[in-house]
Amino acid sequence: MYAQQVDTGLAKVQSNAEMDAAERAFQARIDADVKIEPTDWMPEAYRRTLIRQIQQHAHSEIVGMLPEGNWIGRAPSLKRKAILMAKVQDEGGHGLYLYAAAETLGVSRDKLVEDLHAGKAKYSSIFNYPTLTWADIGAIGWLVDGAAIMNQIPLCRCSYGPYARAMVRICKEESFHQRQGYDIMLSLARGTPEQKAMAQDALDRWWWPSLMMFGPPDADSVHSAQSAKWKIKLLSNDELRQRFVDQTVPQADYLGIAMPDADLRWNEARGHYDFGAIDWSEFHNVLKGNGPCNRERLAARVEAWEDGAWVREAAVAYAAKEVLRQKEAA
Amino acid sequence: MTSANAGEWPLWEIFIRSQHGLAHKHVGSLHASDAAMAVKNARDVYTRRNEGVSIWVVRSADIVASNPDARDELFDPASSKVYRHPTFFPMPEDVKHI
Repeated sequence: MYAQQVDTGLAKVQSNAEMDAAERAFQARIDADVKIEPTDWMPEAYRRTLIRQIQQHAHSEIVGMLPEGNWIGRAPSLKRKAILMAKVQDEGGHGLYLYAAAETLGVSRDKLVEDLHAGKAKYSSIFNYPTLTWADIGAIGWLVDGAAIMNQIPLCRCSYGPYARAMVRICKEESFHQRQGYDIMLSLARGTPEQKAMAQDALDRWWWPSLMMFGPPDADSVHSAQSAKWKIKLLSNDELRQRFVDQTVPQADYLGIAMPDADLRWNEARGHYDFGAIDWSEFHNVLKGNGPCNRERLAARVEAWEDGAWVREAAVAYAAKEVLRQKEAA
Repeated sequence: MTSANAGEWPLWEIFIRSQHGLAHKHVGSLHASDAAMAVKNARDVYTRRNEGVSIWVVRSADIVASNPDARDELFDPASSKVYRHPTFFPMPEDVKHI
Protein backbone atom coordinates (compact mmCIF):
# COMPACT_ATOMS: atom_id res chain seq x y z
CA MET A 1 0.00 0.00 0.00
CA TYR A 2 1.77 3.15 1.12
CA ALA A 3 4.41 0.56 1.97
CA GLN A 4 4.21 -1.70 -1.05
CA GLN A 5 7.12 -4.09 -0.93
CA VAL A 6 8.78 -4.31 2.43
CA ASP A 7 11.85 -6.51 2.60
CA THR A 8 11.99 -8.48 5.86
CA GLY A 9 15.59 -9.48 5.26
CA LEU A 10 14.53 -13.10 5.77
CA ALA A 11 14.49 -15.64 2.95
CA LYS A 12 11.46 -17.44 4.39
CA VAL A 13 9.16 -17.46 7.37
CA GLN A 14 10.97 -18.50 10.51
CA SER A 15 9.54 -21.66 12.08
CA ASN A 16 9.35 -22.02 15.86
CA ALA A 17 12.20 -24.57 15.75
CA GLU A 18 14.49 -22.00 14.12
CA MET A 19 13.82 -19.41 16.83
CA ASP A 20 15.83 -19.01 20.00
CA ALA A 21 14.13 -18.67 23.39
CA ALA A 22 13.86 -14.87 23.20
CA GLU A 23 12.39 -15.00 19.70
CA ARG A 24 9.86 -17.64 20.75
CA ALA A 25 8.81 -15.54 23.76
CA PHE A 26 8.49 -12.52 21.44
CA GLN A 27 6.33 -14.45 18.96
CA ALA A 28 4.18 -15.73 21.82
CA ARG A 29 3.47 -12.15 22.91
CA ILE A 30 2.47 -11.23 19.35
CA ASP A 31 0.27 -14.33 19.07
CA ALA A 32 -1.42 -13.26 22.32
CA ASP A 33 -2.06 -9.79 20.82
CA VAL A 34 0.20 -8.07 23.35
CA LYS A 35 1.54 -4.83 21.83
CA ILE A 36 5.30 -4.51 21.42
CA GLU A 37 6.60 -1.23 22.84
CA PRO A 38 9.84 0.64 22.00
CA THR A 39 11.80 -0.49 25.08
CA ASP A 40 10.78 -4.16 24.73
CA TRP A 41 13.22 -6.67 23.31
CA MET A 42 12.55 -7.44 19.64
CA PRO A 43 14.33 -9.45 16.93
CA GLU A 44 16.58 -7.30 14.74
CA ALA A 45 14.70 -8.40 11.60
CA TYR A 46 11.40 -7.19 13.12
CA ARG A 47 12.96 -3.84 14.02
CA ARG A 48 14.56 -3.37 10.59
CA THR A 49 11.42 -4.42 8.71
CA LEU A 50 9.28 -2.04 10.72
CA ILE A 51 11.69 0.84 10.15
CA ARG A 52 11.48 0.14 6.40
CA GLN A 53 7.71 -0.16 6.42
CA ILE A 54 6.97 2.86 8.61
CA GLN A 55 9.43 5.06 6.78
CA GLN A 56 7.98 4.11 3.37
CA HIS A 57 4.64 5.02 4.79
CA ALA A 58 5.90 8.34 6.21
CA HIS A 59 7.72 9.29 3.01
CA SER A 60 4.53 8.54 1.05
CA GLU A 61 2.58 11.00 3.18
CA ILE A 62 5.19 13.71 2.66
CA VAL A 63 5.78 13.12 -1.07
CA GLY A 64 1.99 12.79 -1.43
CA MET A 65 1.68 16.47 -0.53
CA LEU A 66 3.33 17.39 -3.85
CA PRO A 67 0.78 16.24 -6.47
CA GLU A 68 -2.02 17.88 -4.49
CA GLY A 69 -0.04 20.98 -3.60
CA ASN A 70 0.19 21.50 -7.36
CA TRP A 71 -3.49 22.54 -7.35
CA ILE A 72 -3.73 24.72 -4.23
CA GLY A 73 -3.07 27.88 -6.23
CA ARG A 74 -5.56 26.89 -8.91
CA ALA A 75 -8.44 25.43 -6.91
CA PRO A 76 -11.73 26.52 -8.52
CA SER A 77 -13.07 28.35 -5.45
CA LEU A 78 -11.90 29.75 -2.13
CA LYS A 79 -13.80 26.97 -0.34
CA ARG A 80 -12.12 24.23 -2.37
CA LYS A 81 -8.77 25.91 -1.81
CA ALA A 82 -9.21 26.06 1.97
CA ILE A 83 -10.30 22.40 2.03
CA LEU A 84 -7.35 21.30 -0.10
CA MET A 85 -4.92 23.22 2.11
CA ALA A 86 -6.37 21.48 5.18
CA LYS A 87 -6.01 18.12 3.49
CA VAL A 88 -2.41 18.71 2.43
CA GLN A 89 -1.62 19.92 5.95
CA ASP A 90 -3.11 16.68 7.30
CA GLU A 91 -0.80 14.68 5.04
CA GLY A 92 2.16 16.56 6.50
CA GLY A 93 0.85 15.73 9.98
CA HIS A 94 0.49 12.06 9.06
CA GLY A 95 4.08 12.01 7.85
CA LEU A 96 5.18 13.47 11.19
CA TYR A 97 3.22 10.93 13.30
CA LEU A 98 4.83 8.14 11.29
CA TYR A 99 8.37 9.53 11.39
CA ALA A 100 8.00 9.78 15.17
CA ALA A 101 6.83 6.14 15.30
CA ALA A 102 9.86 5.07 13.22
CA GLU A 103 12.19 7.03 15.50
CA THR A 104 11.06 4.98 18.51
CA LEU A 105 12.83 2.06 16.79
CA GLY A 106 16.18 3.83 17.13
CA VAL A 107 16.64 5.55 13.79
CA SER A 108 17.10 9.32 13.63
CA ARG A 109 14.81 11.65 11.69
CA ASP A 110 17.72 12.99 9.68
CA LYS A 111 18.73 9.46 8.66
CA LEU A 112 15.17 8.76 7.44
CA VAL A 113 15.15 11.96 5.37
CA GLU A 114 18.63 11.22 4.02
CA ASP A 115 17.53 7.74 2.89
CA LEU A 116 14.60 9.22 0.99
CA HIS A 117 16.74 11.86 -0.69
CA ALA A 118 19.43 9.32 -1.60
CA GLY A 119 16.78 7.11 -3.23
CA LYS A 120 17.48 4.34 -0.67
CA ALA A 121 13.99 4.46 0.85
CA LYS A 122 10.87 4.00 -1.24
CA TYR A 123 7.54 5.74 -1.17
CA SER A 124 4.26 4.66 -2.78
CA SER A 125 4.32 4.35 -6.58
CA ILE A 126 1.06 6.31 -6.80
CA PHE A 127 2.70 9.67 -6.11
CA ASN A 128 4.83 9.44 -9.23
CA TYR A 129 1.85 10.20 -11.44
CA PRO A 130 1.06 13.80 -12.47
CA THR A 131 -2.05 15.80 -11.48
CA LEU A 132 -3.03 17.21 -14.87
CA THR A 133 -6.50 18.62 -14.14
CA TRP A 134 -8.60 19.65 -11.12
CA ALA A 135 -10.51 16.36 -11.49
CA ASP A 136 -7.29 14.56 -10.48
CA ILE A 137 -7.63 16.11 -7.01
CA GLY A 138 -11.07 14.52 -6.79
CA ALA A 139 -9.77 11.17 -8.06
CA ILE A 140 -6.87 11.18 -5.58
CA GLY A 141 -9.11 11.81 -2.58
CA TRP A 142 -11.67 9.26 -3.69
CA LEU A 143 -9.37 6.49 -4.96
CA VAL A 144 -5.92 7.01 -3.46
CA ASP A 145 -7.13 7.95 0.01
CA GLY A 146 -9.84 5.30 -0.28
CA ALA A 147 -7.18 2.66 -0.99
CA ALA A 148 -5.05 4.03 1.84
CA ILE A 149 -7.90 3.74 4.35
CA MET A 150 -8.51 0.15 3.28
CA ASN A 151 -4.94 -0.72 4.22
CA GLN A 152 -4.62 1.49 7.27
CA ILE A 153 -7.68 0.41 9.23
CA PRO A 154 -6.29 -3.10 9.84
CA LEU A 155 -2.91 -1.55 10.74
CA CYS A 156 -4.56 0.12 13.75
CA ARG A 157 -4.40 -3.42 15.23
CA CYS A 158 -0.76 -4.10 14.25
CA SER A 159 1.68 -5.49 16.81
CA TYR A 160 3.89 -2.41 17.26
CA GLY A 161 2.31 0.04 19.72
CA PRO A 162 3.60 3.39 18.39
CA TYR A 163 2.73 2.42 14.79
CA ALA A 164 -0.76 1.24 15.77
CA ARG A 165 -1.40 4.45 17.72
CA ALA A 166 -0.22 6.62 14.80
CA MET A 167 -2.57 4.68 12.50
CA VAL A 168 -5.53 5.33 14.80
CA ARG A 169 -4.95 9.08 14.56
CA ILE A 170 -4.42 8.90 10.81
CA CYS A 171 -7.55 6.84 10.13
CA LYS A 172 -9.68 9.32 12.05
CA GLU A 173 -8.50 12.05 9.67
CA GLU A 174 -8.45 10.10 6.38
CA SER A 175 -12.18 9.72 5.90
CA PHE A 176 -12.47 13.50 5.46
CA HIS A 177 -9.93 13.16 2.64
CA GLN A 178 -11.85 10.45 0.84
CA ARG A 179 -15.17 12.25 1.16
CA GLN A 180 -13.80 15.58 -0.07
CA GLY A 181 -12.44 13.73 -3.13
CA TYR A 182 -15.77 12.08 -3.86
CA ASP A 183 -17.49 15.43 -3.35
CA ILE A 184 -15.28 16.95 -6.09
CA MET A 185 -16.11 14.01 -8.38
CA LEU A 186 -19.84 14.43 -7.64
CA SER A 187 -19.73 18.12 -8.55
CA LEU A 188 -17.96 17.34 -11.82
CA ALA A 189 -20.25 14.40 -12.65
CA ARG A 190 -23.31 16.62 -12.12
CA GLY A 191 -21.76 19.50 -14.06
CA THR A 192 -21.39 20.28 -17.77
CA PRO A 193 -20.53 17.52 -20.28
CA GLU A 194 -16.95 18.88 -20.28
CA GLN A 195 -16.75 18.60 -16.49
CA LYS A 196 -18.13 15.07 -16.55
CA ALA A 197 -15.56 14.18 -19.22
CA MET A 198 -12.84 15.53 -16.90
CA ALA A 199 -14.06 13.21 -14.13
CA GLN A 200 -14.00 10.24 -16.52
CA ASP A 201 -10.53 11.17 -17.77
CA ALA A 202 -9.20 11.35 -14.20
CA LEU A 203 -10.71 7.95 -13.37
CA ASP A 204 -9.18 6.51 -16.56
CA ARG A 205 -5.72 7.63 -15.50
CA TRP A 206 -5.91 6.88 -11.74
CA TRP A 207 -7.80 3.57 -11.63
CA TRP A 208 -4.99 1.17 -12.52
CA PRO A 209 -2.28 2.98 -10.52
CA SER A 210 -4.69 2.90 -7.54
CA LEU A 211 -5.02 -0.89 -7.83
CA MET A 212 -1.22 -1.14 -7.96
CA MET A 213 -1.03 0.67 -4.61
CA PHE A 214 -1.84 -2.61 -2.85
CA GLY A 215 1.44 -4.07 -4.09
CA PRO A 216 2.27 -7.20 -6.11
CA PRO A 217 -0.05 -10.24 -6.23
CA ASP A 218 0.14 -12.50 -3.16
CA ALA A 219 1.94 -15.19 -5.16
CA ASP A 220 4.83 -12.77 -5.79
CA SER A 221 4.91 -11.21 -2.32
CA VAL A 222 7.82 -13.10 -0.81
CA HIS A 223 7.95 -11.14 2.44
CA SER A 224 4.25 -10.98 3.25
CA ALA A 225 4.07 -14.23 5.21
CA GLN A 226 6.73 -13.21 7.73
CA SER A 227 5.15 -9.76 8.10
CA ALA A 228 1.78 -11.43 8.67
CA LYS A 229 3.30 -13.66 11.37
CA TRP A 230 4.66 -10.54 13.07
CA LYS A 231 1.23 -8.88 12.68
CA ILE A 232 2.61 -5.86 10.91
CA LYS A 233 0.63 -6.86 7.81
CA LEU A 234 -2.86 -8.03 8.63
CA LEU A 235 -4.53 -8.65 5.27
CA SER A 236 -2.94 -9.78 2.01
CA ASN A 237 -2.41 -7.51 -1.01
CA ASP A 238 -4.96 -9.36 -3.13
CA GLU A 239 -7.56 -9.43 -0.34
CA LEU A 240 -7.29 -5.66 0.15
CA ARG A 241 -7.34 -5.02 -3.60
CA GLN A 242 -10.52 -7.08 -4.04
CA ARG A 243 -12.22 -5.24 -1.16
CA PHE A 244 -11.26 -1.93 -2.73
CA VAL A 245 -12.67 -2.91 -6.13
CA ASP A 246 -15.90 -4.19 -4.58
CA GLN A 247 -16.38 -1.00 -2.62
CA THR A 248 -15.40 1.43 -5.38
CA VAL A 249 -17.23 0.13 -8.48
CA PRO A 250 -20.72 1.04 -7.15
CA GLN A 251 -19.38 4.50 -6.24
CA ALA A 252 -18.29 5.00 -9.87
CA ASP A 253 -21.69 3.75 -11.04
CA TYR A 254 -23.35 6.39 -8.90
CA LEU A 255 -21.17 9.06 -10.53
CA GLY A 256 -22.16 7.72 -13.95
CA ILE A 257 -18.56 7.16 -15.00
CA ALA A 258 -16.94 3.85 -15.89
CA MET A 259 -13.80 2.02 -14.81
CA PRO A 260 -11.33 1.70 -17.73
CA ASP A 261 -11.53 -2.10 -17.57
CA ALA A 262 -13.38 -4.15 -20.22
CA ASP A 263 -13.08 -7.28 -18.05
CA LEU A 264 -14.74 -5.77 -15.00
CA ARG A 265 -17.96 -7.58 -14.10
CA TRP A 266 -19.87 -8.82 -11.06
CA ASN A 267 -19.25 -12.49 -10.36
CA GLU A 268 -22.36 -13.83 -8.69
CA ALA A 269 -20.69 -17.11 -7.71
CA ARG A 270 -17.75 -15.43 -5.97
CA GLY A 271 -19.78 -12.55 -4.60
CA HIS A 272 -17.06 -10.21 -5.86
CA TYR A 273 -16.19 -8.19 -8.94
CA ASP A 274 -13.81 -9.85 -11.40
CA PHE A 275 -11.36 -7.39 -12.87
CA GLY A 276 -8.77 -7.32 -15.65
CA ALA A 277 -5.05 -8.08 -15.47
CA ILE A 278 -2.87 -5.41 -13.92
CA ASP A 279 0.20 -4.30 -15.89
CA TRP A 280 2.85 -5.15 -13.30
CA SER A 281 5.67 -4.09 -15.60
CA GLU A 282 4.40 -0.52 -15.21
CA PHE A 283 4.38 -0.91 -11.40
CA HIS A 284 7.94 -2.25 -11.24
CA ASN A 285 9.11 0.41 -13.65
CA VAL A 286 7.65 3.18 -11.46
CA LEU A 287 9.21 1.62 -8.33
CA LYS A 288 12.57 1.56 -10.11
CA GLY A 289 12.34 5.31 -10.55
CA ASN A 290 11.01 5.55 -14.08
CA GLY A 291 7.47 6.78 -13.47
CA PRO A 292 6.28 10.02 -15.05
CA CYS A 293 7.24 12.15 -12.02
CA ASN A 294 9.82 10.23 -9.92
CA ARG A 295 12.68 12.64 -10.63
CA GLU A 296 10.52 15.73 -10.19
CA ARG A 297 9.14 14.51 -6.83
CA LEU A 298 12.53 13.69 -5.34
CA ALA A 299 14.05 16.91 -6.67
CA ALA A 300 11.24 18.91 -5.03
CA ARG A 301 11.86 17.19 -1.66
CA VAL A 302 15.62 17.72 -1.84
CA GLU A 303 15.16 21.36 -2.82
CA ALA A 304 12.77 21.97 0.09
CA TRP A 305 15.23 20.34 2.50
CA GLU A 306 18.20 22.35 1.23
CA ASP A 307 16.31 25.63 1.06
CA GLY A 308 15.18 25.09 4.66
CA ALA A 309 18.68 24.41 5.99
CA TRP A 310 19.29 28.01 7.08
CA VAL A 311 16.01 28.01 9.03
CA ARG A 312 16.93 24.82 10.89
CA GLU A 313 20.40 26.17 11.67
CA ALA A 314 19.09 29.58 12.75
CA ALA A 315 16.58 27.94 15.12
CA VAL A 316 19.32 25.87 16.77
CA ALA A 317 21.57 28.95 17.09
CA TYR A 318 18.69 30.95 18.60
CA ALA A 319 17.88 28.18 21.10
CA ALA A 320 21.55 28.00 22.16
CA LYS A 321 21.70 31.79 22.58
CA GLU A 322 18.56 31.80 24.72
CA VAL A 323 20.02 29.13 27.04
CA LEU A 324 23.17 31.23 27.39
CA ARG A 325 21.15 34.39 28.12
CA GLN A 326 19.15 32.64 30.81
CA LYS A 327 22.38 31.43 32.45
CA GLU A 328 23.84 34.95 32.39
CA ALA A 329 20.66 36.41 33.88
CA ALA A 330 20.64 33.83 36.71
CA MET B 1 19.97 4.09 19.44
CA THR B 2 21.42 5.67 16.34
CA SER B 3 22.92 9.02 17.23
CA ALA B 4 21.12 12.06 15.87
CA ASN B 5 22.94 13.96 13.16
CA ALA B 6 24.61 17.17 14.24
CA GLY B 7 22.05 19.96 14.25
CA GLU B 8 18.96 17.74 14.48
CA TRP B 9 16.38 19.43 16.68
CA PRO B 10 15.73 17.65 19.98
CA LEU B 11 12.69 15.41 20.41
CA TRP B 12 9.78 16.46 22.64
CA GLU B 13 6.92 14.40 24.03
CA ILE B 14 3.55 16.08 23.66
CA PHE B 15 0.67 15.88 26.15
CA ILE B 16 -2.76 17.34 25.37
CA ARG B 17 -5.65 17.99 27.74
CA SER B 18 -8.75 17.37 25.67
CA GLN B 19 -11.40 19.00 27.88
CA HIS B 20 -11.51 20.90 31.12
CA GLY B 21 -11.36 18.43 33.95
CA LEU B 22 -9.51 15.64 32.15
CA ALA B 23 -5.81 14.90 32.62
CA HIS B 24 -3.19 15.68 29.97
CA LYS B 25 -2.63 12.62 27.82
CA HIS B 26 0.42 11.64 25.79
CA VAL B 27 -0.36 11.99 22.08
CA GLY B 28 3.01 11.62 20.40
CA SER B 29 6.30 13.39 19.85
CA LEU B 30 7.90 15.93 17.56
CA HIS B 31 11.15 17.78 16.93
CA ALA B 32 11.64 21.44 17.88
CA SER B 33 14.64 23.63 18.59
CA ASP B 34 13.21 24.93 21.88
CA ALA B 35 10.18 24.66 24.17
CA ALA B 36 8.31 27.58 22.59
CA MET B 37 8.62 26.02 19.14
CA ALA B 38 7.58 22.63 20.54
CA VAL B 39 4.32 24.18 21.80
CA LYS B 40 3.70 25.87 18.43
CA ASN B 41 4.42 22.71 16.47
CA ALA B 42 2.29 20.62 18.84
CA ARG B 43 -0.60 22.96 18.15
CA ASP B 44 -0.22 22.42 14.39
CA VAL B 45 0.47 18.69 14.51
CA TYR B 46 -1.83 17.49 17.29
CA THR B 47 -4.74 19.95 17.63
CA ARG B 48 -5.99 20.59 14.09
CA ARG B 49 -9.49 19.45 15.03
CA ASN B 50 -10.09 21.03 18.43
CA GLU B 51 -8.49 18.09 20.23
CA GLY B 52 -7.12 20.22 23.03
CA VAL B 53 -7.46 23.08 25.44
CA SER B 54 -3.95 22.80 26.88
CA ILE B 55 -0.54 21.52 25.72
CA TRP B 56 2.41 20.24 27.76
CA VAL B 57 5.77 19.60 26.13
CA VAL B 58 8.61 17.67 27.78
CA ARG B 59 12.00 16.90 26.32
CA SER B 60 12.04 13.17 25.57
CA ALA B 61 15.49 12.93 27.12
CA ASP B 62 14.05 14.13 30.45
CA ILE B 63 11.52 11.31 30.75
CA VAL B 64 12.42 8.59 33.24
CA ALA B 65 10.66 5.32 32.52
CA SER B 66 10.42 1.99 34.33
CA ASN B 67 12.58 -0.78 32.95
CA PRO B 68 10.52 -3.25 30.88
CA ASP B 69 12.67 -6.11 32.29
CA ALA B 70 11.43 -5.14 35.77
CA ARG B 71 7.82 -5.61 34.73
CA ASP B 72 7.29 -8.75 36.83
CA GLU B 73 8.80 -7.45 40.05
CA LEU B 74 7.01 -4.09 39.70
CA PHE B 75 3.56 -5.23 38.72
CA ASP B 76 3.11 -8.86 39.73
CA PRO B 77 2.63 -8.11 43.45
CA ALA B 78 -0.57 -6.22 42.64
CA SER B 79 -2.14 -9.10 40.75
CA SER B 80 -2.57 -11.27 43.87
CA LYS B 81 -4.23 -8.52 45.88
CA VAL B 82 -7.72 -8.85 44.49
CA TYR B 83 -9.18 -7.55 47.78
CA ARG B 84 -8.15 -4.08 46.59
CA HIS B 85 -11.16 -4.16 44.28
CA PRO B 86 -14.65 -3.55 45.68
CA THR B 87 -16.04 -6.53 43.74
CA PHE B 88 -14.00 -8.82 46.06
CA PHE B 89 -16.62 -8.29 48.79
CA PRO B 90 -20.03 -9.76 47.98
CA MET B 91 -22.79 -7.73 49.58
CA PRO B 92 -26.18 -9.14 50.61
CA GLU B 93 -28.84 -8.09 48.14
CA ASP B 94 -30.91 -6.50 50.90
CA VAL B 95 -28.15 -4.06 51.77
CA LYS B 96 -28.50 -0.91 49.67
CA HIS B 97 -26.28 2.06 48.83
CA ILE B 98 -22.98 0.30 49.36
